[in-house]
Amino acid sequence: MFDIAKVRADFPILSRTVRGGPLVYLDSGATSQKPFQVLDAERHFYENSNAAVHRGAHALAEEATDAYEGARETIATFVCAETDEIVFTKNATEAINLVAYAFSNATDKARQGIEVDQRFVIGPGDSIVVSEMEHHANLIPWQELCSKTGASLRWFGITDEGRLNIESGVIDSTTKIVSIVHQSNLLGTINPVREIMEMAHAVGALGLVDLCQSVPHMPVDVVDLGADFAAWSGHKMLGPTGIGILWGKSDLLNSMPPFLTGGSMIEMVNIDHSTFAPAPKRFEAGVPMVAQAVGLARACEYLTDLGMENIFTHEQELTAYTLAELAKLQGVRVIGPTDMVERGSAVSFVVDGIHPHDVGHLMDSKGVAVRVGHHCCWPTCRRLDVPATTRFSTYLYNDKADIDQAILGIMAAQDFFGSAPRVSA
Amino acid sequence: MSEDLYQEIILDHYKNPRGKELNVTSRGQSHQVNPTCGDEVTVDVGLNADGTLQVAYTGQGCSISQASASVMSELINGKTPDQAAPIQAAFMELMRSKGQSEPDEELLEDGVAFIGVSKFPARIKCALISWMALADSQIKAQLTTEMR
Ligand SMILES: Cc1ncc(COP(=O)(O)O)c(C=O)c1O
Repeated sequence: MFDIAKVRADFPILSRTVRGGPLVYLDSGATSQKPFQVLDAERHFYENSNAAVHRGAHALAEEATDAYEGARETIATFVCAETDEIVFTKNATEAINLVAYAFSNATDKARQGIEVDQRFVIGPGDSIVVSEMEHHANLIPWQELCSKTGASLRWFGITDEGRLNIESGVIDSTTKIVSIVHQSNLLGTINPVREIMEMAHAVGALGLVDLCQSVPHMPVDVVDLGADFAAWSGHKMLGPTGIGILWGKSDLLNSMPPFLTGGSMIEMVNIDHSTFAPAPKRFEAGVPMVAQAVGLARACEYLTDLGMENIFTHEQELTAYTLAELAKLQGVRVIGPTDMVERGSAVSFVVDGIHPHDVGHLMDSKGVAVRVGHHCCWPTCRRLDVPATTRFSTYLYNDKADIDQAILGIMAAQDFFGSAPRVSA
Repeated sequence: MSEDLYQEIILDHYKNPRGKELNVTSRGQSHQVNPTCGDEVTVDVGLNADGTLQVAYTGQGCSISQASASVMSELINGKTPDQAAPIQAAFMELMRSKGQSEPDEELLEDGVAFIGVSKFPARIKCALISWMALADSQIKAQLTTEMR
């Protein structure tokens, strides 16, 4: 295991005060805090090697290109992928859109009689499969693709406990792509994505997994998950904002039409037509986010040094503790799995008689940062019949003292709104 | 500081909402949601024989959004559109004030309690949602001052 006090000392923001007391940060599911090692790596890049990559005949351009491509390699290694299968995007949202747009662009081109890979051509009679626990980032792009092409959207429902209901017949021979979240950011549920990817492949469909809440928190081998594409964001795993990853199988990436077009992504340009570079460059138009890539690679090294197994174990312990402490409070109901079976560290709950926005506000007055609302999973909230939830989401720098302070925050809210809890025996 | 936000008057309106689910002959309805937190308010506007407004609302959400709807209905019910307009403007102004204004108690009555809310950017939307629904339903009902 690792020394939490030492880890915390790496995160400058954790030593600031909020509303007159120490900060208790329980919103890492939204975005993680950054260790100084990551901040220093970005700063070091800007101070020493800053230049536009893949152009320029000077030493700095060379160093910057090395830094950028080196970062790609580090990140690939972190998830056991091939380096040229890692595409840098702005965030996970853009990565998922990139794939959705590959379908819509290929379909448009096919309509013009241009030869495209049929795996990306979609239309009426075809289907796309998601689940009822998707983040809006893995829902709206598919809704839009359906509305543009006439394909229909299908989904796996969820149980009252917040588990995926993997009914047969949802994925069938009409299915072109299945896109599923690995770990729910609202419920904490970890889904059997390998099994679902096999179901997709059995009918000849492609599969995408949303790894936003898994890559930061557990060891992930993208190849082993059995998907064709995976998307996640750097900022939730100690990295900077402004960088996300699309992982895709080389053969697929190279047969997809480009998403954003312009400089850097081309092979040959004539005044009236062009050809495109192979992946990953094909999807990285314009001057990319070099410093962010350097920062994210440093974040991967930081995580690797601590050990993703250790981080997972630490968070499992903390989550078990959180669930046990919440269970002691009367009038508090966890939304999502209440045991530790296939569950990660995001814990949502509702407090009887107090709206999550009010719970969050009173917790904030005690320096506890939590997220309230529908967490970009509005259909999930509808399904579970809650207008919104309060969510704790922990990370490697949180400890039991943070949870204790947060529990006090809930009790303070119950006191304030006149529904004070009694501790059950 | 929580006390700043959650004044007694606000908690009282939250726990004992006034004018909720009133029966009105609606001429215009507006459903507003706060997409970041899921607060919802529906406002119906009708007209009494004497030309004053009938306002009814339903909704769910945080204490601030629901208390604000209650205060709104209490303030606007039975006012003519001309009388309502300055109240609406004053409440909007109050919410923009970042806690710096001295609200007119004659005009805003219990609404002055929301001055603390204007210091919390994340909560201003909560306080305004019912007032937005009111303005929108008035437009639909053609019961605004400008339209006559
Ligand atoms: C499960 C999941 N998917 C997608 C996203 C979108 O990530 P981003 O906003 O960084 O693109 C998030 C972020 O909250 C998430 O938790």
